[in-house]
Amino acid sequence: MTAVQTVESESSTFEEEPLGSSRAERLSALAQQHGALVTLVVAVIAASLSFDTFLTVDNLSNMAVSSAFLAVVALGMTFVIITGGIDLSVGSLFALGGVLAAWGSQYGTLVALLLPLAVCGLIGLVNGLLIARARLAPFIVTLASLLAARGILLAVTNEGATTYLVDEKSFFARLGQDKILGIGVPVWITVALFVLGAVVLRRTRFGQYVYAVGGNEDAAALMGVPVARTKTSVYALSGLCAGLAGALNAAWLVSGVTILGSGMELEAISAVVIGGTLLSGGFGFISGSLVGVLLLKVIQNVINQIGSLDSAYQQVVSGAFLAVVVIAQTWLGRRRRML
Amino acid sequence: MPSVLTVSGLTKVFPGARALDGVDFAAESGEVHALIGENGAGKSTLIKVLTGVYRPDEGEVTYRGKPVRFATPLDAQHAGISTIYQEVNLVPLLSVARNLFLGREPRNRLGLIDFRRMHREAEEALRALGVRVDVGRPLRSLGIGAQQMVALARAVSVDARVVIMDEPTSSLEPREVQTLFGVIRMLRGRGIAVIYVSHRLDELYEICDAVTVLRDGKVVHTGRIAGLDRLRLVSLMLGREMSEVRSEGVTKFTGAHGTGDEPVLQATGLTVRHTLHDVSLSIRPGEVVGLGGLLGSGRSETAKAIAGALPPDAGRVVVAGAAVRTGSTPAAIRAGISLLPEDRKAEGIVPGLSVRENIALAALPGLSRFGLVDEKRIDRIVETFMKRLRIKASGPHQKVGELSGGNQQKVLLARWLAMQPKVLLLDEPTRGIDVGAKAEVQSLIDELAEDGLGVLLISSDPEELVEGSDRVVVLKDGAVVAELTGDGVTEGALLRAIASKGGDDD
Repeated sequence: MTAVQTVESESSTFEEEPLGSSRAERLSALAQQHGALVTLVVAVIAASLSFDTFLTVDNLSNMAVSSAFLAVVALGMTFVIITGGIDLSVGSLFALGGVLAAWGSQYGTLVALLLPLAVCGLIGLVNGLLIARARLAPFIVTLASLLAARGILLAVTNEGATTYLVDEKSFFARLGQDKILGIGVPVWITVALFVLGAVVLRRTRFGQYVYAVGGNEDAAALMGVPVARTKTSVYALSGLCAGLAGALNAAWLVSGVTILGSGMELEAISAVVIGGTLLSGGFGFISGSLVGVLLLKVIQNVINQIGSLDSAYQQVVSGAFLAVVVIAQTWLGRRRRML
Repeated sequence: MPSVLTVSGLTKVFPGARALDGVDFAAESGEVHALIGENGAGKSTLIKVLTGVYRPDEGEVTYRGKPVRFATPLDAQHAGISTIYQEVNLVPLLSVARNLFLGREPRNRLGLIDFRRMHREAEEALRALGVRVDVGRPLRSLGIGAQQMVALARAVSVDARVVIMDEPTSSLEPREVQTLFGVIRMLRGRGIAVIYVSHRLDELYEICDAVTVLRDGKVVHTGRIAGLDRLRLVSLMLGREMSEVRSEGVTKFTGAHGTGDEPVLQATGLTVRHTLHDVSLSIRPGEVVGLGGLLGSGRSETAKAIAGALPPDAGRVVVAGAAVRTGSTPAAIRAGISLLPEDRKAEGIVPGLSVRENIALAALPGLSRFGLVDEKRIDRIVETFMKRLRIKASGPHQKVGELSGGNQQKVLLARWLAMQPKVLLLDEPTRGIDVGAKAEVQSLIDELAEDGLGVLLISSDPEELVEGSDRVVVLKDGAVVAELTGDGVTEGALLRAIASKGGDDD
């Protein structure tokens, strides 16, 4: 390449051309990115002022551990949703992963971890291949594997009659039960996975591809992005995350519970969207999904604290909250496009 | 001079069409080569073959002295052939810098993206093109012109030897066009071959060294652009040699129509950013007004703006003395404006539905009472139009997808006539239909005008336009450059108006 030559034409340089006020744009971008975090802080403050039992070590660490499993599922889901896809199979894979881990734990910790990862990762990979190569709709493909994974689960457990237990003294059980610095091991693992996920998404080429595919698939293909490989990878990743979350959950419960995980896919999607990731793809971030998960769990916790309120209302509040977030996002998105 | 990219005997056949037919073409290093031709001439197919989107059926592409066959756009890019497309093909939600470096981000020792370096290099690359923007901002916050420059920066920063530009100026302001030309000159100075596709004659003469004209998949002319007469260039594109131009041709149009005095349609000052500039025209009842110009001159856009399908930034549309709300198709249809769109497959017929259903589709709201459809009235209307337009189908229940192109066009025409319009806008009504059907559609247009309809006829075929119209309004770069009336409606006058320089009338 020759040295940088400059176009010599003073009248014809492009100065920054802000379309409308860039301050208003930044504000709405800020609201989109950190709205969930602000809401979370407000909710936590309100809850701790209202209930003495909220801000206790026991309550918080319980909440943290129970958030951890959903958070790991939501982590994989974030990648999928940023590419503009959806993964409905994660709830089933979560349950399947738990049962496989509990069954496998009799052969040692390694089997207990690798078996669910292999099976759930493989199902995720098949999802991805069907979506990326055969160009089927993500909704249908992952709905099919939701049903298929449930079927495998029932087959493995004799229609749910058999519950595999994890030996409480095994190393695998300790992965779920032990605490380091007063915080449960699953929480540490989750935090580590989120840091890793954020680095992958923001600082690696693969992460850029994920955004590009979701932002404009055709343009990404023309720019040389391996679109099919990227899409396949995110579904495989989502399957791996769901399987791992299921395994950790089994270690925590010291058994593989078959009835878990139904509806979890929707919870994970809600958490991701509440965290600021656009359901239409191309925009989103890992940390937001973590905030989304915590927010959902705080809402659940608060409603449990209000003893008089039926826990069924939990779903109503979560649902209403999700609706508000989506409406706000759409509105902000439209505003930003108009600015 | 060395040819960096040559093609010889290139042929690409699609079902029903020979998109490229033995095309020879050569791009030289340090030269800007214009590639021009009307719709369907084969330009985009040629570009897609060069960039690895299509594979040719016959012929050879030679790049830097070796025969090549690119399997994907990425292959072509890696080899050094970059393309910027008419529509900005970047990811709007990603930042400017990320768009610039997608797939080749600078990385540190850990394999992670080095953002500081990426931003610095992005700024440098853009500054070299005279663009100063915050590269951390999302691409979509930039104006279209600046986005186009980012696409260009991406194209040239991959060490390209050939840069293909497909109508790069179609969404740029004049000032931005000059910046782009500065960049093109710089590329030429570096010894890069630029292949430049545009329909703006003034631009071609300003920036290009050589020109290749395609028509119907064949090369009809190639050579230096300097010294090539503008009128000759237009004749080559439209396929009408000046010597061939006759006053009376072979179309089915009869002479002038008796026309009323009061215009049935009056459009004034239609303006759409980057597309139309102050376009005015009027049509009297029983009159066929032709709308001429090259591809991209704003013909279809004018029709769409009148029909409410393209909201204008300024301008008025008046039908029979009453103003019509612009930018609303229902309002336009209620006022009596019907548009037969250019692309009947994408914008017109529903192939899976029957002839009857296709005809009744738009008229349904008027044919139903309390939400219930009046079947008998529909049958009557469908029968009338099938007879009147001589639609050849096994019956009203045959699927439209099974009919010939000409009959599909007639079904569409019937649909709009069933709405009892006052003004009919026909965008390329005879394109892609066989000769016999063409003649029938042409005589139908005549009949409709005789029945008192105001007709706007858009056609790329100068002969059809001149013989079919009572008056011809000529567009160039989105503005009216001439209006041919009376004895002035000749092919020669039409071609001269299209070839005229700048905004000047001839």
